[in-house]
Amino acid sequence: MLDQPQGVSIGELAARLRRRECSSRELTADYLARIERHDSALNSFITVTPEAALAAADAADQRLARGEGGPLTGIPIAHKDIFCTQGVRTSCASRMLDNFIAPYDATVVSRLNQAGAVSLGKTNMDEFAMGSSNETSWYGPVKNPWDTTRVPGGSSGGSAAAVAAGLCLAATGTDTGGSIRQPAAFCGITGIKPTYGRCSRWGMIAFASSLDQAGVLARSAADAAHVLQAMAGFDPNDSTCADEPVPDYATNLNDSPRGLRIGVPREFLSPELDSRIAAVIEQAIELLCQLGAERHDISLPNSALSVPAYYVVAPAECSSNLARFDGVRFGHRCADPIDLDDLYQRSRGEGFGTEVKRRIMIGTYVLSAGYYDAYYLKAQKIRRLIKEDFQRAFAEVDIILGPTAPTTAFALGAKTADPVAMYLNDIFTISTNLAGLPGMSVPVAPVAGLPVGLQLIGNYFAEARLLNVAHQLQQASDWHLARPTEQKLRS
Amino acid sequence: MPWETVIGLEIHTQLKTASKIFSGAGTAFGAEPNRQACAIDLGLPGVLPVLNAEVVRHAVRFGTAIGAEMPECSVFARKNYFYPDLPKGYQISQYELPVVGRGQVDILLEDGGLKTIGVTRAHLEEDAGKSVHEDHFGAGGLSGIDLNRAGTPLLEIVSEPDLRSPQEAVAYARKIHQLVRWIGISDGNMQEGSFRVDANISLRPAGSDTLGTRAEIKNINSFRFLHKALEFEIERQRDILEDGGRVVQETRLYDADLDETRSMRSKEEANDYRYFPDPDLLPVMIDGDFIARATADLPELPDAMRARFAEQYGLSEADASLLTNSLAMADYFEQTAAGCGDARLAANWITGALAAALNKSDLDIADSPVSPAGLVGLLKRIQDKSISGKIAKQVFDGLWVGEGNADAIIAARGLKQITDTGAIESIVDAVIAANPTQVEQYRAGKDKVFGFFVGQVMKQSQGKANPGVVNQLLKDKLAGS
Repeated sequence: MLDQPQGVSIGELAARLRRRECSSRELTADYLARIERHDSALNSFITVTPEAALAAADAADQRLARGEGGPLTGIPIAHKDIFCTQGVRTSCASRMLDNFIAPYDATVVSRLNQAGAVSLGKTNMDEFAMGSSNETSWYGPVKNPWDTTRVPGGSSGGSAAAVAAGLCLAATGTDTGGSIRQPAAFCGITGIKPTYGRCSRWGMIAFASSLDQAGVLARSAADAAHVLQAMAGFDPNDSTCADEPVPDYATNLNDSPRGLRIGVPREFLSPELDSRIAAVIEQAIELLCQLGAERHDISLPNSALSVPAYYVVAPAECSSNLARFDGVRFGHRCADPIDLDDLYQRSRGEGFGTEVKRRIMIGTYVLSAGYYDAYYLKAQKIRRLIKEDFQRAFAEVDIILGPTAPTTAFALGAKTADPVAMYLNDIFTISTNLAGLPGMSVPVAPVAGLPVGLQLIGNYFAEARLLNVAHQLQQASDWHLARPTEQKLRS
Repeated sequence: MPWETVIGLEIHTQLKTASKIFSGAGTAFGAEPNRQACAIDLGLPGVLPVLNAEVVRHAVRFGTAIGAEMPECSVFARKNYFYPDLPKGYQISQYELPVVGRGQVDILLEDGGLKTIGVTRAHLEEDAGKSVHEDHFGAGGLSGIDLNRAGTPLLEIVSEPDLRSPQEAVAYARKIHQLVRWIGISDGNMQEGSFRVDANISLRPAGSDTLGTRAEIKNINSFRFLHKALEFEIERQRDILEDGGRVVQETRLYDADLDETRSMRSKEEANDYRYFPDPDLLPVMIDGDFIARATADLPELPDAMRARFAEQYGLSEADASLLTNSLAMADYFEQTAAGCGDARLAANWITGALAAALNKSDLDIADSPVSPAGLVGLLKRIQDKSISGKIAKQVFDGLWVGEGNADAIIAARGLKQITDTGAIESIVDAVIAANPTQVEQYRAGKDKVFGFFVGQVMKQSQGKANPGVVNQLLKDKLAGS
């Protein structure tokens, strides 16, 4: 097993830091050393910031010495390279932004800084968050710590792999169609994508604005609760950020699941699903029922439409959001343009990778005159139907459960030639983004030595409930404690 | 064949706000390039727009002023195109659901009649930046971008194709210009680009009710140019049509130096803007309360005020219209009328001497060196016959150049009217004695000569003799008494 404090939670570490049993500087130095030792095999970081991390650790130690600080003070974390960080390169894993240093912090970053979290650096991802395998990064693919011949999932694959391999205690991620939950499932960790609008999108480089949401990848629901607590809440800089009070996520973690109504959509546990995955999902649901929850079979009849609708809406928005990367003001600019069109064409042609270009082209097409009604408008109608499906379901149940992904982590390169096969890996996660609902993935029993994720979907702003149910499951099982062995990491 | 001209205008008016429509950066004109552009205006990765509520308030005030329907919900959309001065690769504008719906304004025609012009919609949008080309950087072939204007709030006011001549188009544009300044939502400064007009124009056979193919003339920044551009374009299109040709739908540019319009791009080259609702901004919900608060301090509107002026003060439509050209003008008039108690006298002086002087110095009424109180001081001396109307003009000139108040000027320049009959009589006698030929002519029945005597007496008295007394005395004396 990796030489990391097994099973030590953020809460427990915070207590040790407060008792001065160790310092944040020691902890941070440990984690930096672990990155140094293991990340060449994983490629989970794009940028590591040791000096800034140690400085932040020292600041945290001073706060702790004064008896100040909260549960995140002095805790080493990492940020997906989609979050702008003042003075530190934010690349979005694209050649386009290889040289971009933002003059501001994303709100999520500044809130975690204020909470005293220590950022170790910026994690790898699919380029502009477009991908389900982390193979579209300009900085090369991330490897799954459970099997380095396999993908970690995407797009928050660097964050997932870093947390799974114990290179940080938690990491930020973003989820547009499953980009937190699917890599969390593939890497055997806990990931939560809150309600759309729960966390500010300010300073988070946009992929598809109406779907993007910041969230957390951590080793347990309890750890995720601490991190989300610091990130969530209203931000006047983001008009779509919800002005809703943030409950204290930690206080409700121990509520009993007795009487909890669990909805299991028949579309999610269909006969086509890999029977081994179906079996471990059923096992987890059964465990919750043993704890007092009631199972209800439900239907989300329009869920089959979610992938096609998503692959209209998300590219449409991305084609517009990525238009600003034109070589004029920042980012990559081609050498010696002969005129304006040449400047645009070559800067964008050189700066963007294949998957990003594919989605920009799709998005441009579905928004163009003559096709808007047939594609974009139709997709928005499907989106409404999907929301209505969920609202009907939440009239009957408190939480919806199912698999996070239809497969375990697949081999590097297995789906790169078939974008549609890649898109279908997000089939169970996409509908919550279309509806704006919170979703979570927690590890259940592995299949053939590879992690499997159970997905929990809640009603709007029901993050506390998701974290509570996930925590109860993790109190009653030890799936989330499994760690990739060091041997696997070096194979 | 007789042709009918069909014109519709799109007017971009810059809204008067301290900060931009979606960012906190300032909007002052003339700042050093890129000093008033923040990360949001530059479209840096990760930044998000937040709507400036003041901009919506201004739009609502305009909507109320033109009696428009105001939808409860309006939506911001992205208009996508690439241009170096458009930082995000899209302009945030409104498309399907504008903030101001259908309304109308009345324009005064040259024959004195009124015509109602439909306003299709008015929508909010952000301005783009400005490209600065070779002439700025020398011959190096470099271009620069100034993003100070990027994100400046604009209200685009779109008319129905109800205008039938360049005169009507100018009257409509002036009306909108008057209105946006009147209600305080824009300074309307055309030199600074705060008020710009795009004109759509087509011709059709008189009596036809289908529209002809139109050309759009972009970015006209003066009423005079609007008139000239439309005249040129009517001629151009008529020539094409009368030669049996077809007008092509295209965007044209008016070149004021050559007084012609030129093709900018054809319909085929036109962008597909790929409008869609901006997912970074929520729909704007406007309720009755917001409208009530936004419009609570709206001044009496110009049409109502013009009607009231005509009615209350017995002014001609033309004078009432001139005096309600701007709120400042109307205020000036009402203060002056109240001060002197004679509205028509006040109107005559304001539309006459004052308007001419302002015009000559290219000054706005708000910057007039003669205040309403100053003018009242002058008018009072006319009313009490201390000075004649003619002398009053000299006093006005003194007021204009700052020689003090009317009384001081009259005293200093010795302009007080002579009403003393004895003094006038001696001048009259002298004039009659000096001009025996004319006396004879007059007495022979040539009444016209009377004016000559009046002129001579006024001249002798340096204009200060009371004309009534002069007339009476002359009449008496010439009659041979």
